[in-house]
Amino acid sequence: MRYGIIVFPGSSGDADMYHVLRDVLGAEVEYIWHRDSAVDHVDCLILPGGASYGDALRPGAIARFAPVMQAVRTFAERGGLVLGIGNGFQILCEAGLLPGAFLPNRGVRFISRSVYVRVEQTDTPFTRRCEPGQVLRLPIAHRFGNYFVDDAALAQLEERGQIVFRYCTASGELAEAANPNGARAHIAGVCNEQRNVLGMMAHPERAAEDLLGSVDGRLVFASIADALAASGRVQGV
Amino acid sequence: MELSSQQIVETKAWRDMGLTDAEFDRIVEQMGRLPNWTELGMYAVLWSEHCAYKHSRALFHLFPTEGEQILQGPGENAGIVDLGDGLAAVFKVESHNSPSAVEPYQGAATGVGGILRDIFTMGARPVAVLNSLRFGSLDDERVRYLFAGVVSGISGYGNAVGVPTVGGEVAFDPSYRGNPLVNAMAVGIVEHRYIARGKASGVGNPVMVVGARTGRDGIHGASFSSAELDDDTEVPTIQAGDPFTEKLLVEACLELIQSGVVIGIQDMGAAGLTSSAAEMASRAGSGIELDVLKVPRREEGMTPYEIMLSESQERMLVVPKRGSEEQVEAIFKKWGLEAAVIGRVTDDGMLRVMEGDRVAAEVPVASIVDGAPRYEPAKQRPAYLDETINVEMPPPPQNYAQTLLDLLASPTIASKEWVYRQYDHTLGAGTVVAPGEGDAAVLRIRGTKKGLALTIDCNQRYVYLNPRRGAQIAVAEAARNISCVGAKPLAITDGMNFGNPEKPEVFWQFDQAVRGISEACAALNTPVTGGNVSFYNEKGGQAIHPTPMIGMIGLLDDVEKRVGMGWRQAGHRIILLGENRNELGASEYLALRGIVGGDAPELDLEREAAVQALVRSLIADGIAVSAHDCADGGLAVALAEACIVSGIGASIAVEADFRADALLFGETQSRIVISAAPEHVAEVERQAKEAGVPCTVLGETGGDSLKIDVGATPDGPESPLSISLEELERAWKGTIPRAMEGEAGVEAYVASASSEKGAD
Repeated sequence: MRYGIIVFPGSSGDADMYHVLRDVLGAEVEYIWHRDSAVDHVDCLILPGGASYGDALRPGAIARFAPVMQAVRTFAERGGLVLGIGNGFQILCEAGLLPGAFLPNRGVRFISRSVYVRVEQTDTPFTRRCEPGQVLRLPIAHRFGNYFVDDAALAQLEERGQIVFRYCTASGELAEAANPNGARAHIAGVCNEQRNVLGMMAHPERAAEDLLGSVDGRLVFASIADALAASGRVQGV
Repeated sequence: MELSSQQIVETKAWRDMGLTDAEFDRIVEQMGRLPNWTELGMYAVLWSEHCAYKHSRALFHLFPTEGEQILQGPGENAGIVDLGDGLAAVFKVESHNSPSAVEPYQGAATGVGGILRDIFTMGARPVAVLNSLRFGSLDDERVRYLFAGVVSGISGYGNAVGVPTVGGEVAFDPSYRGNPLVNAMAVGIVEHRYIARGKASGVGNPVMVVGARTGRDGIHGASFSSAELDDDTEVPTIQAGDPFTEKLLVEACLELIQSGVVIGIQDMGAAGLTSSAAEMASRAGSGIELDVLKVPRREEGMTPYEIMLSESQERMLVVPKRGSEEQVEAIFKKWGLEAAVIGRVTDDGMLRVMEGDRVAAEVPVASIVDGAPRYEPAKQRPAYLDETINVEMPPPPQNYAQTLLDLLASPTIASKEWVYRQYDHTLGAGTVVAPGEGDAAVLRIRGTKKGLALTIDCNQRYVYLNPRRGAQIAVAEAARNISCVGAKPLAITDGMNFGNPEKPEVFWQFDQAVRGISEACAALNTPVTGGNVSFYNEKGGQAIHPTPMIGMIGLLDDVEKRVGMGWRQAGHRIILLGENRNELGASEYLALRGIVGGDAPELDLEREAAVQALVRSLIADGIAVSAHDCADGGLAVALAEACIVSGIGASIAVEADFRADALLFGETQSRIVISAAPEHVAEVERQAKEAGVPCTVLGETGGDSLKIDVGATPDGPESPLSISLEELERAWKGTIPRAMEGEAGVEAYVASASSEKGAD
């Protein structure tokens, strides 16, 4: 299986993702330049964290117009797996591939710390190796992580099981104090209706080695590998 | 309005640019004629204190700069230290005090941007930023504004440029009220074969400007930074930083350097195009001719003077091999940046500035770079030292428990989580010891088993009360912090922040500090690889406390062996390496009681080196599983911090034949608190004995409180201290959020910590 990591001007999580996928997990991986349009030779596309286009206007607002995004859209429509982390999540929302939008963190300041997220859905390609309700410890680092959807959209997300991660306490309870950025309904990650596109604010690639204090992030990548193996889908949609 | 040479002489225009009459005469003599307006402006910035080190250079020969690990000492954009495996670390510290006092967000942001360019201009990929900050008292609204603005500027720039901010220190003292200190240190890693240098060699090679366009911002910034701040100081336009352009510039420059076509490259910092062109020519013994009309500009009608002196950010000067111009342009175009040929390398030793066909300025490189006078200012031991040394010690505290809590809550000692939570410190997926976890930051060096340890330290109260020993201690403490994570100290960069050097008392402090740093660096084998001198840090004639910040790097052969400062588990033994002495001078404890006085603690550099070697050995052997040095607040604060960070209590029994407040809160140097499994105590004692270092078992870890029994120590508390972890944590973690966000802000820091505890 092969991963493609999209590099926008201003992406900074691309190298970390590359390192984890290749050096830690032994996967095949390549960078895909924001001007490129050929993505169909990979099995999973990743939109990494960072500050694409300097977060001008709003995070993700410019990146959605990058030439590669048309290819990402087609890839997703054909059922390809797309994972957006941090700024990648913001881009997917701006591009309309995921519902919702982002406000500045409650308290306005940038937040860099370790948080707990609860796995709400295990029937996605990104979480199938997790237990229902499993609590993962992952780092966050963002200033616009306050996820927002209106009441109707929230109800729909709940109904269709699209809320994949929620911020929680160490023991898995939802609490305001455990919601770092004020996200609506404690939402830390959502998928699309077809469940092949996931956005999450926390960084699984920064929690994939014992040396860094948590390996919970590996569950996301193990799930993807599992899902691809199960679907027999290797290289090419 | 540009003056003619004649008008310059008539109006003594150099004075407004910060030059003295004698300096002007020297320029005329070295040029062999009167300068024109543009030439005078170029000299004024390059001969400013900020660029020319006029008052400090005469002492630099004292610094030890050589060692087998040193690949590049002072003189380049940054120092380079060998890490083995074909890799090297590139690092440097720089101040951005004056801009930050005026515009804290942009001042701090461009400070980070500037020091990062010093790193990647050497071919290294930046992997970490640290900072050392000083502010006045947090009770002051203006100080809180500056503090919040500086932290958010560092956060805004560093996070967006994609480099983790992994460590640093913040201290508060009234002497910094009107003149905060903002020093940023950056660290990069480079393969030996890609090391680049700032040289303009090879006659006929093109000279190119790459990166952002040139505007009118920051003109005469270096001169501004070389003057005292007064309410009527004329403030230049502070440069604005753009981390997005910088991120693109990092990628483009590294790609360019790795392509093999670069002869020399240098960032445009203070004094912009003037300093980069002149310094690159100076290092190569060449000359440069450039045409300002070929410099991409973002404003209309800029004069040669403005183009040469602009401090617009995110620009570099590159000398590539002749014939590779298009390749350079293609690389920058790929990253959405401009690259323009503006001139050629010559062999006539002149920096010649053309405006089309007209010669706008022509100055001898040797003169403008190295011709500034070197002053050896008068120095005099300040009179205040006679008073501070004889200060009377206060009576012992009424309530020891409350005193410990007050110390933990003092802003300088209190947890800086409010600060580092705003810095992306996990970016890079390589931060092994994060802020708040250990005495130094540790990064894994990808592709190896090694770890890079980083710290920046200075206790300015020690330096104020005893400049020479205080500066020694700054180096010793930095090395101790590096050793406490298990790494071997390698080298330093020094951020020297002082008042007006033309005042004999200030220059005496500086002279003493340089000597102190040199002695400690020699004793601990950590050569000086470069640094920065910031003078004139005064407001209303009042100088800051002398503040020589020591940025240090160290190497762990096996990063898996690193340790943090917190206890690892209950039932371990707590052992003190080093010995307690009857000292209270210069302590935070005295300051808490309203006394800035006494002498800086004693320092025996031989003992210091032995203690550090011992702790490194115990960590490498897997025996010491935590290590934390005794610094501000002394032994009691060190123990409390190890408890808070781990969420594990401790029971301590320690005795002395001198007063108990000195035992608990005195800041005697060369002491490290470690923890180890009970079965390893004998081995600790054996190694300590062999190293000639006293060691004492203080107690054991466990429980949910810190208990300290001082036995028969004179003037001790009536009954042993016992403070719950929760109380300790609340005192230590609450202060800064409370000052910055009110009582409601505290919970987010205290509550989160308790929920994080269950993590592992």
